[in-house]
Amino acid sequence: MSFLELKNITKIYPNGTKAVDETSLNVEDGEFVVFVGPSGCGKSTLLRMVAGLEDITDGQISLDGKIINDVDPSERDVAMVFQNYALYPHMSVYNNMAYGLKNRGISNDEIKNKVNEAAKLLEIDQLLSRKPSMLSGGQRQRVAMGRAIVRNPKIFLFDEPLSNLDAKLRNQMRLEIKKLQRQMGVTSIFVTHDQTEAMTLGDRIVVINNGIVEQVGTPKEIYSKPNTKFVAEFIGSPQMNLFNCKIENGIVKIDNNQITLDKKLNIENACLGVRPDDIQVNNNGQYRCIANLVEYLGSDMIIYSSMGDQEFSCKLSSKIELKAGDSFNFDILPSSVHIFDNITSNRI
Amino acid sequence: MKFKPVEILSHFILIFGVLLMVLPIWFSFATSTHDNVAIMTEGMKFFMGESFSQNYNEVLNEKGGWSEEVTAAKMFMNSFIMAFGIATLKVVISAMSAYALVYFRFKLAVPIFWLIFITLLVPLEVRIFPSYKIVSDLGLTNSYTGLILPLVASATATFFFRQFYKTIPDELLESAKLDGANSWRFFIDFLLPLSKTMLAAMFIFMFVYGYSQYLWPLIMTTDEKYWTVVMGMKIIFTENYEGVALPRTGERFAYIILSMLPPVLVVVILQRWFIKGLIQTEK
Repeated sequence: MSFLELKNITKIYPNGTKAVDETSLNVEDGEFVVFVGPSGCGKSTLLRMVAGLEDITDGQISLDGKIINDVDPSERDVAMVFQNYALYPHMSVYNNMAYGLKNRGISNDEIKNKVNEAAKLLEIDQLLSRKPSMLSGGQRQRVAMGRAIVRNPKIFLFDEPLSNLDAKLRNQMRLEIKKLQRQMGVTSIFVTHDQTEAMTLGDRIVVINNGIVEQVGTPKEIYSKPNTKFVAEFIGSPQMNLFNCKIENGIVKIDNNQITLDKKLNIENACLGVRPDDIQVNNNGQYRCIANLVEYLGSDMIIYSSMGDQEFSCKLSSKIELKAGDSFNFDILPSSVHIFDNITSNRI
Repeated sequence: MKFKPVEILSHFILIFGVLLMVLPIWFSFATSTHDNVAIMTEGMKFFMGESFSQNYNEVLNEKGGWSEEVTAAKMFMNSFIMAFGIATLKVVISAMSAYALVYFRFKLAVPIFWLIFITLLVPLEVRIFPSYKIVSDLGLTNSYTGLILPLVASATATFFFRQFYKTIPDELLESAKLDGANSWRFFIDFLLPLSKTMLAAMFIFMFVYGYSQYLWPLIMTTDEKYWTVVMGMKIIFTENYEGVALPRTGERFAYIILSMLPPVLVVVILQRWFIKGLIQTEK
């Protein structure tokens, strides 16, 4: 039995919206799982159901061998870091961290030890007497984490905790969260809409769309073998190029170009996916297109082009000299393409 | 430093406003320090007189009323108790009922809120007979309970607290829940400290409201022991009008000045808290 088990979880809001549909998931002890998906896909709802902040319409959640469907949030022994941190504005940092412990009837000495320990770990031991309003965004984030850590919960829940930080701080905190989780070995669920965060943080990623789990897997699995068109588009930056096409006898036709696949497939309405970095630009390339737009990113650059009326992008080293309006040659290796059925949008 | 014409004008208007407010009070105070002969012959005074201690001493300690049982000091006490009781209970009850309305999502919350709100249209003066009937049936006439109880429900304060609670982010409640706070703890540990400013402001308003009640204590009390300051203002030091004695204008002004002190004190004390809350934005 897994540490956290979600069985056929469904959430229907009173207004009839189905936020989560028959979702099942197992999370092992000490695992870092990331829920990723566009906003409104139900990932936060799922997390909040684990926390007990949302009622479960149907299904069953068990944590550490105990069914917790109707257990009060305060009894579940979970800690949550909120998007806006939800620090207690009228309490000092120390009291923010100590409050949950006080409510559990822990002695003052022990609280002091725990808070100091956590504060040292997060390097906020100088700030313990301050109020949240006197802290910077990054410091608030740390306090929110500290509040979760001192409780020593069974599971950490993160609800887009990094989305209020600027880009630089976000990268730094991302690393710290990862490090901290490794160090403490606490099972964690992290919700984000940012695929970079998902890829870098998660031991496993759960891609959710419209309340349905599209794919569960390690970052590598998800990136290299996306199960559906949605996952293919959502994971990876810049996003995967998708060409609508017809496949006959293993030959893909896009505009006037042909790609010969490894397998002899016949699909009327197919979709060919190629990652922008799998498009290999070289002078002897089989295909030729005109660069409509070139984005320079330092070490890399992204070229936007089109085959017929289907636009695509490719990512290549910026050492190659190319400007908008130039034409360029490239190859698409049959081994690097992803094929989806356009009707079911599943991988073939 | 040079002033622009607009600044001079606005300062002029402000100074004029201040004088308009302060001068009558100063006149009253200055007049209250003169003896009655001077006031009678020379009218209102602008400068301080000699009879300060004599007038104020008389006001506080002389027994007045028809049965000569009540002193002004006693009336101040009564008014203070009444106003304090009304303000405290109003704030406590409104804060709690607003908490119930906002955080406990039961079906009738909205209708109940509007029902409370509608009571704004029915002030005490409109329902004074039924109110009196109930209080007298309960045997509460001539008691502090009777003075306070019918006035402790406040739609205004409930409304303000409700609006304030609605601005508190839901995450705070959720986070507190996960930290093991039950409904009662959330109210005590979160809502009350967060609404300090509101509490102070409401207390000020409600104290002044309670302090300036006239009709209710007038109807409620037949025993002079329970007279309040505002009632006394009409009655005290008037009994000697007829006959040869001079009207005791000096004492009456002293009484008026004294009667302003308790609310002013409440405002001054709580204002610090109030302004502190405004400056330290805690959200």
